[in-house]
Amino acid sequence: MSVEGEERTVRCLVAKVGLDGHDRGAHVIARAFRDAGFEVVYSGLHRAPEEIVQAAVQEDVDVLGISILSGAHNTLVPKVIAGLKEYDAFEDTLILVGGIVPDDDVAELKELGVAEVFGPGTPMAETVEFVRNNVPERE
Amino acid sequence: MNGRDTNDGRDPNDGRDPNERADSTRERPASRERAVELRGRDAELIEELLAGSHRALARVITKIEERTPGYRGLVSRLYDHAGDAAVIGVTGAPGAGKSTLVDKLASAYRERGDTVGVVAVDPSSPYTGGAVLGDRIRMASNVGDMDVFFRSMSARGRLGGLSTATADAVTALDAFGKDVVLIETVGAGQSEVDVVRTADTVAVLVQPGSGDDVQTLKAGILEIGDVFVVNKADMDGAERTLAELEEMVHRREGPTAGLDAGHHGVGIPNHPNDGSEDGGSDAARDDASGGDAAGDDVSGDDASGDDTGDAWTPEVLATVAKTGEGVGELIDAFDAHGGFLRESGELTRTRRQRYAEEIRTLVRADVGALATDAIERHGGIEALADRVRRKEADPYGLATEIVDPIAACVEERDGPSEPDGSVE
Repeated sequence: MSVEGEERTVRCLVAKVGLDGHDRGAHVIARAFRDAGFEVVYSGLHRAPEEIVQAAVQEDVDVLGISILSGAHNTLVPKVIAGLKEYDAFEDTLILVGGIVPDDDVAELKELGVAEVFGPGTPMAETVEFVRNNVPERE
Repeated sequence: MNGRDTNDGRDPNDGRDPNERADSTRERPASRERAVELRGRDAELIEELLAGSHRALARVITKIEERTPGYRGLVSRLYDHAGDAAVIGVTGAPGAGKSTLVDKLASAYRERGDTVGVVAVDPSSPYTGGAVLGDRIRMASNVGDMDVFFRSMSARGRLGGLSTATADAVTALDAFGKDVVLIETVGAGQSEVDVVRTADTVAVLVQPGSGDDVQTLKAGILEIGDVFVVNKADMDGAERTLAELEEMVHRREGPTAGLDAGHHGVGIPNHPNDGSEDGGSDAARDDASGGDAAGDDVSGDDASGDDTGDAWTPEVLATVAKTGEGVGELIDAFDAHGGFLRESGELTRTRRQRYAEEIRTLVRADVGALATDAIERHGGIEALADRVRRKEADPYGLATEIVDPIAACVEERDGPSEPDGSVE
């Protein structure tokens, strides 16, 4: 039908979880996503995992980018993932983590269901490209 | 609950009967024809939504936003279950404190037991279509409370209009069972004004000391405000802005309105007085209406809803959204306006107006799309324009050439009546 469009807009939630107050990276990513034509919901600082889950579910995002620079990723990310599963939102959400994450932890996070971990210095274009190529299909 | 009473005189049985499911054969009392069918998994989705799945609700709103094929069937079903929520629009200039106020309103409604839906509309870039939707940042008072369903929408340049998408999203929240739905949008531009017009009650936020802003408000927003709120009332200039607004509101009233304003507080019968709100928040301005107890409406100056006239005089209130000051009074004002709408029959009128607007928008968009297809079949708009440029044709002739077959088809099917909007 006519009022129905064909192109789907990618919706992302850029989330700052936990206690670290460094949001420059999150801002830069939010802007890059916006400029790539995505719709970006920004969570604001110091969010609890349940808030992120609430936001991801209600906003029905395709991509959840979690920025953590405090080193608490091993505690926070599993909580977010568990919450998403509770609301049946895990399967079709592309979960990305940005921040400083040791290699061992990267493997662990991926095991949990994180699609990719982007460390410092990752070119914006690379992240955007990754999202474009990996956005979950929807019926 | 107050929100429930907004039912505009329809059969109270419609909507939330647990036995009544979208796919059930038992439709609502006046079972109606359906021109749009549900697709694929959509029946399931509707059922999940009505059963209270947040995920399903979120997904339905996405489909509405995206205009995903089949979304019409969804919205069509949702209408069966909607109509009970109190829909409140909040608008105002950027930085007026809309998001913060909406956050506080949501938590105040939650305190008295209402469930809340929020649709926050933010502008998107006309260049990339991308957007950063930041209203959610302010939703700090409702952390982890899933009974506040907050949804950000971008004002994508879409066919059928932003107002249609927003109205459909509100319908989804309403059908989900939210008692109150808040629509938040920047009060700039026609499309935003259209958005809040879909609300039953509209609050316009103004910043203190914005004397000139108040002047510009006259242009379009003044007409749509049912309640005017001077937010950040702890700032300098609040008193003056309040006074200016009061004056404007009374000027808007015109010479006749309010002459017989009884102000007995009749006609505002059922203020929910469950004590949760009152007392907690003192009026930021004590001479403003509804100082403390929600029940008695001694708000002399401008609380209306009196049985004598059928016009609503907008209330002017002061709030400090950051601290929550005045939020209780604001909710009282919303309730009063809701009461007025029901008592005066105005609700029926505004709802009718809203549905009329929705129908018109949909029909226009659909016919417009038919016309776009027809233009393509005639070689595309650029080729047509070139024909005019080469003096082989003229715009009027071409328009007739394109539209006539459509009009002929419509006439053949519907009989020779006015084909609404098709000649645009």
